[in-house]
Amino acid sequence: MIPEFEKRNPDIHVVLQQIPFSAAHEKLVTAYVGESTPDVAQMGNTWIPEFVAMNALDNLGALAAKGGTIDRTDYFPGIWETNVVDGALYGIPWYVDTRVLFYRSDILASVGYPHAPRTWSEWIDVMTRIRDQKKARWGILLPTNEYEPVLILGLTNHATFLTPDGTRGAFAQPQFAGAFNFYINLFRQGFAPAVSNSQIANLYQQFGQGDFTMYITGPWNVAEFKKRLPPEIQDKWATAPLPARDASEPTGISMAGGSSLVTFRGTKHALAARKLIEFLSEPAQQVRFFELSGDLPARRSAWKVPALTSEKHFPAFREQLERVVPMPRVPEYEQIATVVSDRQEAVVRGQVLPQVALKQLDQRADELLEKRRWILSRKKVQ
Amino acid sequence: MKREVRAAVLFLTPTAVLLTLFFFAPVIAGFALSLTDFDLYTIGDIHNLRVVGVRNYRELFASGVFWTAFINTMYFALVGGPLTVLCSLAAAMLVNAKMTRYKAFFRTLYFAPVVTTLVAVAIVFKYLYHPRYGLLNRSLAILGLPQPDWLGDPRFAMFAIILLAIWKQFGYTMLIFIAGLQNIPEDLIEAAQIDGAGPWGRFRHVTLPLLGPTFLFVGIVVAIGQFQVFAEPYVMTGGGPLNKTLTIVMLMYQQGFKFWRMGYAAAVAFILFLVIAAATVIQMRLQKNH
Repeated sequence: MIPEFEKRNPDIHVVLQQIPFSAAHEKLVTAYVGESTPDVAQMGNTWIPEFVAMNALDNLGALAAKGGTIDRTDYFPGIWETNVVDGALYGIPWYVDTRVLFYRSDILASVGYPHAPRTWSEWIDVMTRIRDQKKARWGILLPTNEYEPVLILGLTNHATFLTPDGTRGAFAQPQFAGAFNFYINLFRQGFAPAVSNSQIANLYQQFGQGDFTMYITGPWNVAEFKKRLPPEIQDKWATAPLPARDASEPTGISMAGGSSLVTFRGTKHALAARKLIEFLSEPAQQVRFFELSGDLPARRSAWKVPALTSEKHFPAFREQLERVVPMPRVPEYEQIATVVSDRQEAVVRGQVLPQVALKQLDQRADELLEKRRWILSRKKVQ
Repeated sequence: MKREVRAAVLFLTPTAVLLTLFFFAPVIAGFALSLTDFDLYTIGDIHNLRVVGVRNYRELFASGVFWTAFINTMYFALVGGPLTVLCSLAAAMLVNAKMTRYKAFFRTLYFAPVVTTLVAVAIVFKYLYHPRYGLLNRSLAILGLPQPDWLGDPRFAMFAIILLAIWKQFGYTMLIFIAGLQNIPEDLIEAAQIDGAGPWGRFRHVTLPLLGPTFLFVGIVVAIGQFQVFAEPYVMTGGGPLNKTLTIVMLMYQQGFKFWRMGYAAAVAFILFLVIAAATVIQMRLQKNH
């Protein structure tokens, strides 16, 4: 994609550095500390509040406001929001990522569900039938060390996790508590096995064998499932938006993941950097990037290509993307999320009562947010 | 006299400079860092740095996770360490025994795990430990024994990792023991034999005492390695289930490099430093008393 940009802008030369996503976070932080940041970078959108706290990113509000290529209304609103911290825009969505329900359609059909469960009560019903009729060993796989599933259930139940100003935990409030109890109940009822990710030696093999029927995961697994599931299973799995908490809502609410394009403060090539971001945000380039990488485009207009509309596993993502919201936009989010997985595991394994765990979550979140409160109070004084 | 002093200073300077630069300075800097709340906000604006005194330490000692990591590390070190030493001594005796044939072959075989990539080993061990299809549990099933979920059950996970760690590292200390054994003069053992000492007596009263310095070295090296365990639980369990395989170094890594709570991570590092220093001193004392 870069050669075309350079052809259009002969005076700009782009040097591209590829790094594995798992190492990108550390690399960018170190680059910032070492004052060797790139002009433009792709950044996981949950990292943005952290880099804003480090005072590392340029405000891109003017770029988006001037119109032209970047048309805010063409982006999925929840995804766009992830780039906004305290009212200022720091990134332009590059590709998106969210989680939906992957399921074995043959097993669901065998218990009388020709479609995926649409509400939480249908969800419980289908898992009860699978358990009672012994159609699969487990109804759903929810790795106990993953915090995403329980947080997604929280989002679906309209939980905010933190207080609106992001300075204290709000886990014990009814929205999250309800989702948490729903989650724990899936284990208590024998729908989900109490296993962590690392205990699953081969996820695809076990899904193919019908060890478990449903799994909440992201778009990267569409390609993996196609590649790794045996051929006879290929027309027996499907994707669907997450079940809604009740019939008054079309679907559940998932997390707004993905990556954004950002520029670092103090870049010498601010103008060229903005040009590059605009170029990469063009719908045609979004489509091109999807074709090259398989990452889902952030703009609705890019979703009109046949590769996305005629592929049977992607429409569920398209539908879900209209109903995604960002995780709490505070730098401490990931630490707090780690505490969530720690506490949920303790409850699943019967070491702590749910209501105690929720109180502990709030307490721990409050501790982790102490510095944030201090900084905010200092800002107020100034 | 004066010339002697000058010569001494001259000889000592390079070591002193290097030690100061690469040992004392980092330790002092690390300790100083552990008295602050250096974090992400500080990277953004240095005015967000607060000197918090011993608060990091207080928070650590009050945190359940730290004590879990501490106990796990102790368990790993106090069970895994001696077992490693025993296994490697036994292997060294076997490989070094007079009647053993193909010594080089066995030496290489036992040493092979040390040079194998841990990630590859981890994948194989995950299969071995698999609760349903794993070789270990299949064998236990044939014997009619209970089949625990090795990596998933909080009671067994750390032990499973200890087994992996022993298998992975005993070859290295075995080599050191072989060198130690080969340093024991043949005639001493023969003399003991003539005096009527049986195999156990020869081992207990000739071999063991003469291996003293080797034991001290192996003991310290193994102990330092054990207290710093990171990679094995990192690739096998990620610290779970229920943090039962979370170690001190893993905690430090999480806090420091994942969350950038450098002050807090430095406090963890400093405590680990004290633990290792204490373990080394204790071993040296014990050795002296013998």
